[in-house]
Amino acid sequence: MKKNRNLMILFAVLLAGLIAPLVTGASGAGFWVEVLLGGLMAGVLYSLVALGFVLIFKASGVFNFAQGAMVLFAALSVARMAEKMPLWAAMLMAVAIMVVLAFVIERLVLRPLVNQDPVVLLMATLGVTYFIDGFGQTVWGSDIYEIDLGIAREPVMILQSVFDGGILINKDDVAATAAAALLVILLALFFQKTKTGRALRAVADDHLAAQSIGIPLNRIWVIVWSLAGVVALVAGVVWGAKLGVQFSISQVALKALPVVILGGFTSIPGAIIGGLIIGVGEKMAEVFLAPIAVKAFDLAGGGIENWFAYVLALLFLLVLPEGLFGEKHIDRV
Amino acid sequence: MLYRENGQFKTSYRADQQMLPILQDRIFMGLLLVFVFVVAPFVFSNYFFLSILIPFLILALAALGLNLLVGYCGQISIGHAAFMSVGAYAAYNLVLRVPQLNFLVVLVLAGLIAALVGLLFGIPSLRIRGLYLAVATLAAQFFMDWVFARVKWFTNYAPSGSVSTATIDIFGFQINSPVRKYLFLAAVVTVFAILAKNLVRSHLGRAWMAMRDMDVAAEVIGIRPVYAKLTAFAVSSFYVGVAGALWGFVHLGSWEPLAFSITLSLNLLFMIIIGGMGSILGSFFGAFFIVALPILLNRAPDWLGIHLSTAMVSHLESMIFGALIIFFLIVEPQGLARLWSIGKEKLRLWPFPH
Repeated sequence: MKKNRNLMILFAVLLAGLIAPLVTGASGAGFWVEVLLGGLMAGVLYSLVALGFVLIFKASGVFNFAQGAMVLFAALSVARMAEKMPLWAAMLMAVAIMVVLAFVIERLVLRPLVNQDPVVLLMATLGVTYFIDGFGQTVWGSDIYEIDLGIAREPVMILQSVFDGGILINKDDVAATAAAALLVILLALFFQKTKTGRALRAVADDHLAAQSIGIPLNRIWVIVWSLAGVVALVAGVVWGAKLGVQFSISQVALKALPVVILGGFTSIPGAIIGGLIIGVGEKMAEVFLAPIAVKAFDLAGGGIENWFAYVLALLFLLVLPEGLFGEKHIDRV
Repeated sequence: MLYRENGQFKTSYRADQQMLPILQDRIFMGLLLVFVFVVAPFVFSNYFFLSILIPFLILALAALGLNLLVGYCGQISIGHAAFMSVGAYAAYNLVLRVPQLNFLVVLVLAGLIAALVGLLFGIPSLRIRGLYLAVATLAAQFFMDWVFARVKWFTNYAPSGSVSTATIDIFGFQINSPVRKYLFLAAVVTVFAILAKNLVRSHLGRAWMAMRDMDVAAEVIGIRPVYAKLTAFAVSSFYVGVAGALWGFVHLGSWEPLAFSITLSLNLLFMIIIGGMGSILGSFFGAFFIVALPILLNRAPDWLGIHLSTAMVSHLESMIFGALIIFFLIVEPQGLARLWSIGKEKLRLWPFPH
């Protein structure tokens, strides 16, 4: 009961923080909705990266630090190959590359390390991160590249009748959200309706039992890493189209870690909702909280969004150690 | 034949409990210390001091601190560069605002401040562990990065946010040349390494190890988890804070806000993995490996007669780095320290097979 009460208090505080600018008149309703939507868009991207984490963690218990590097690698591949061929062909080629990458990782990294401590596996994925970062930039170059999705990037005014001055929305943001939603629906269908999806869920539930009824674990790992690679591809393309493909993508992808903490390591809905909460939270904090903090403490500029996600996740952990939708572990520490 | 403990009988508890119970180990350590303090200052070039030995000693101290937490107490942290930055900025502000303090006092105070901050970020470890804790420590990393980049007071209102330090002066002894820096660091690191070695075989170290091996069982035999975990965080941050202050004052001299970024945290982690978790010696091996490898990789193409662009070299470096980490994890998950002890075992039998 006590836990529930704490959670309620936490949510109440978050909600109060969310609507505070509106109530205190710090911002107009139109601007507030704009910030909210901006946060949701960023959140969708975090969700996409977090989704890759969750997929791999569910199926193999590996905490894949390399997801960010995979996003960068996929985006680089698409950006550079799209210079030589149409975009759809480049995307298909990139999918093939990600599958090959999954094969290589399974064969050279995961299989020799099977049954090791989770920490050792985490370190191994750190090694994979360095390798992929270096490899991607060796092969594809390290400048800033553009991905042109063929969607106009000019902002559109909507809902002018509802809010004073209307709301600015970028078309490519809407497209990104649509792509993410589509991906999630496809994944859900794949997991629920196909034989492979059922095998994946079985492995996620109990990999020993799954192996004993004849599900080939090694093949499942390859499938799951390929899936994570495809998710990384979508995230990378959407992100690259928005910000340009550059090294910082792999750093920004670290933000997906607090997202999975918030949502729980093993929950796909958790990854999505966690991503949205983090996205909205940090945008709101940056736009409304940072100026107050700058004034109060005489700071050299805002930049709260660099750490807000992590501190939010930390607070969540103190109340709900397993995240919003994670599996409950009952053991005393 | 030379390295064996036959015939070395312990006749008192004191003799049984000493730090290096085997005579040959004591001789080896003595020779090592003579080499470090007497021979090395005359042998190596300034370049070798500045680009390898000085960073190696400081990072070994930091890795030692991290090893106390990760290797001995089993609490993972991927944000330890944050505590290095706390130590560095604490030392900077102490020297700036209380100039009459001796640098050795400043060093200890900086460590204590870092320990306090470490304690604060160690609190989540009471409720979470493993991977969750690893991510929680990232909060420390990014929060501290932000604090030192944005709060002007810490950098003394420097417009660019970068700070620079004066030459260190200890009782009139100026630490300004590479050899002096090296000797000063070697002395500090030796003291801290002996402290750590004794710490981990005291009741505190045993409590940490019990916590690492199985926390529930440790609690059953009467170890307070709050005490064990928080002391591990505090001591570890103290070491790392001192290392941070040294990194700023002795190695860098002047530094920018992002000198203590997540890359440094990850490097520290690699050091203890490659060197060996739960091993004092391993921290030194790992630090040397991580410091020397990039320099070696930078030079290797020249030796082979291949000319590569700097960008290419740095990418290849990161590839080889990643591959080596994976290779080490697969071949020897216990690290270089394990290879060392295997070597010692072999030496006991050599040259006879039995």
